[in-house]
Amino acid sequence: MSNSQFYSKKVMEHFLKPRNYGRIENADAVGKVGDPSCGDVMWLYLKIKEKNGKYVIEEAKFETFGCAAAIASSSVATEIIKGKTIEEALKVSNKDILKELGGLPLVKVHCSLLAEDAIREAIYNFMRKKGLQIPEELEKRHEKIKARLDKTLEMHKKLGYVTGEN
Amino acid sequence: MRIKVNGAEKIYFDYNATTPTDPRVAKVMMEYFTENFGNPSSIHSIGKRAREAVENARLEVMKLMHARESDGKLIFTSGATEANNIILKGLAMKAWKEEKNHLIISSIEHSCIMNSAKWLEKQGFKVTYLRVDKYGIVDLEQLENSITKKTFLVSIMHANNEIGTIEPIREASKICHDNNVLFHTDAAQSFGKIKVDVNELGVDFLTVSAHKMYGPKGIGALWIREGISIEPLIHGGGHEYGIRSGTENVPGIIGFGYACKLRMKEMHEEEKRLTLFRDHIIKTVTETIPESYLNGHPVKRLPNNVNIRFNFIEGEALVLLLDEMYGIQVSSGSACASHKPEPSHVLMAIGLRPEEAVGSIRISMGKWTTEEDVEYLLEVLPKAVKRLRDISPFKGKWEV
Ligand SMILES: Cc1ncc(COP(=O)(O)O)c(C=O)c1O
Ligand code: FES
Repeated sequence: MSNSQFYSKKVMEHFLKPRNYGRIENADAVGKVGDPSCGDVMWLYLKIKEKNGKYVIEEAKFETFGCAAAIASSSVATEIIKGKTIEEALKVSNKDILKELGGLPLVKVHCSLLAEDAIREAIYNFMRKKGLQIPEELEKRHEKIKARLDKTLEMHKKLGYVTGEN
Repeated sequence: MRIKVNGAEKIYFDYNATTPTDPRVAKVMMEYFTENFGNPSSIHSIGKRAREAVENARLEVMKLMHARESDGKLIFTSGATEANNIILKGLAMKAWKEEKNHLIISSIEHSCIMNSAKWLEKQGFKVTYLRVDKYGIVDLEQLENSITKKTFLVSIMHANNEIGTIEPIREASKICHDNNVLFHTDAAQSFGKIKVDVNELGVDFLTVSAHKMYGPKGIGALWIREGISIEPLIHGGGHEYGIRSGTENVPGIIGFGYACKLRMKEMHEEEKRLTLFRDHIIKTVTETIPESYLNGHPVKRLPNNVNIRFNFIEGEALVLLLDEMYGIQVSSGSACASHKPEPSHVLMAIGLRPEEAVGSIRISMGKWTTEEDVEYLLEVLPKAVKRLRDISPFKGKWEV
């Protein structure tokens, strides 16, 4: 993995041609995350279908305000989780994202964590809606993510920024 | 100006970062690497020939700052960073002996002044950071009120490197002199772009750099008014009036001198031409791209500098997109945004929130910027901004 201060070819490719960006209307799940240290935010939308008693991610799209690494991480994350069951998707970590991107500069590693958070949070949102049993770990994770998002959005609200659905 | 990088054509819009060396300057320098290689301190003919060239160059640089020989001395340094370090720390060393311990700088200085001041603070000096208004213009009333008997120096930059704002140096230096305090200005960005006259500005010390005005990198100078002494930081053979020892960077000095000579003749034409481009870009972008705003002063600004903030997107992403998709080379509000997500202290000082500051880019032009380059920029910039806004979850703005 490269620790160069520059972005890899793969990062640039995903940044310039992000896969699956935009919004899913009537999404089955939305994961909203933010990083208060840099102000970046990521919205992850999922379409989830039930197949043989399993919940499978059929479609994933994102909207991201942030740096090139955040946009590339979002793009890669949507590709990785498409077709996975929610159990499988919960196991996807930022290491998988970094691997797919060919690494990120050290100061940009947190951008890939934001994408990991977004996956967790979208699935949490889905399980909540469906009334499924939420693992304790995911519940705890949600609380942390929520607190960080609130803090980030507080910054943007001071500017008067709004997202489409507010 | 179009340049090939790995086969891709790039258009340079980052002249405030550095300029290409004028080919005429590079040509003049060549001889001083090979033929005219002497050490200016040697007393033989080859050494004397180099000395003559160095002293001629010194006069050329002084001419561009309208300094007569009787007005003061010019000390060549490795650049503006070194010149600024010498003046802050060199004077601090002297001040300490005179029981003075207070330095005043503006809050939008270049990092070399900023970090020198912070280092002095750590050594026990007191530093006042002057407020600026929303355009980046320093608060002169605060300056007047901050001066004490312990103040040894006030340093306010002539023109800001990020937002291009030109500071009221004449007024500031007058306030200092009325209060018996020395005054320094960092003119790295203004020198060679607009008129810099040490007597008109009323400064005691002036910093300049060659690579911002079509000279080579690694050479700059500090001008010191006659009758004022400072403590040297680099000791050795006593070069440069004993203030900066070390064998002179002869090719660099020659290049700097020749660049100044060319600027003397060509600067004013260029100033007029670039001002038109500048105002055209500012007007077109802020009128046609929604939620875009000018950073800095509309007219009290460098002729070649545009700095614009776009809401809902991030500057680093915009810089990379402009480069990779359209070949346009600009920089984001913060000098090293690609390394750390820290908003620029200059944009914060003019009152932007961190999230606003990160959405800013600097577009800076120069000698080889053509009308065609400007039109191309204006054609693709809205596309790049729109693309990132399409990706962003932020779509609108409340009135706040
Ligand atoms: C205002 C200002 N001061 C100082 C410097 C540093 O100049 P140099 O690169 O010559 O050390 C720069 C350029 O980066 C500048 O813009
Ligand atoms: S800089 Fe924070 S997500 Fe990229």
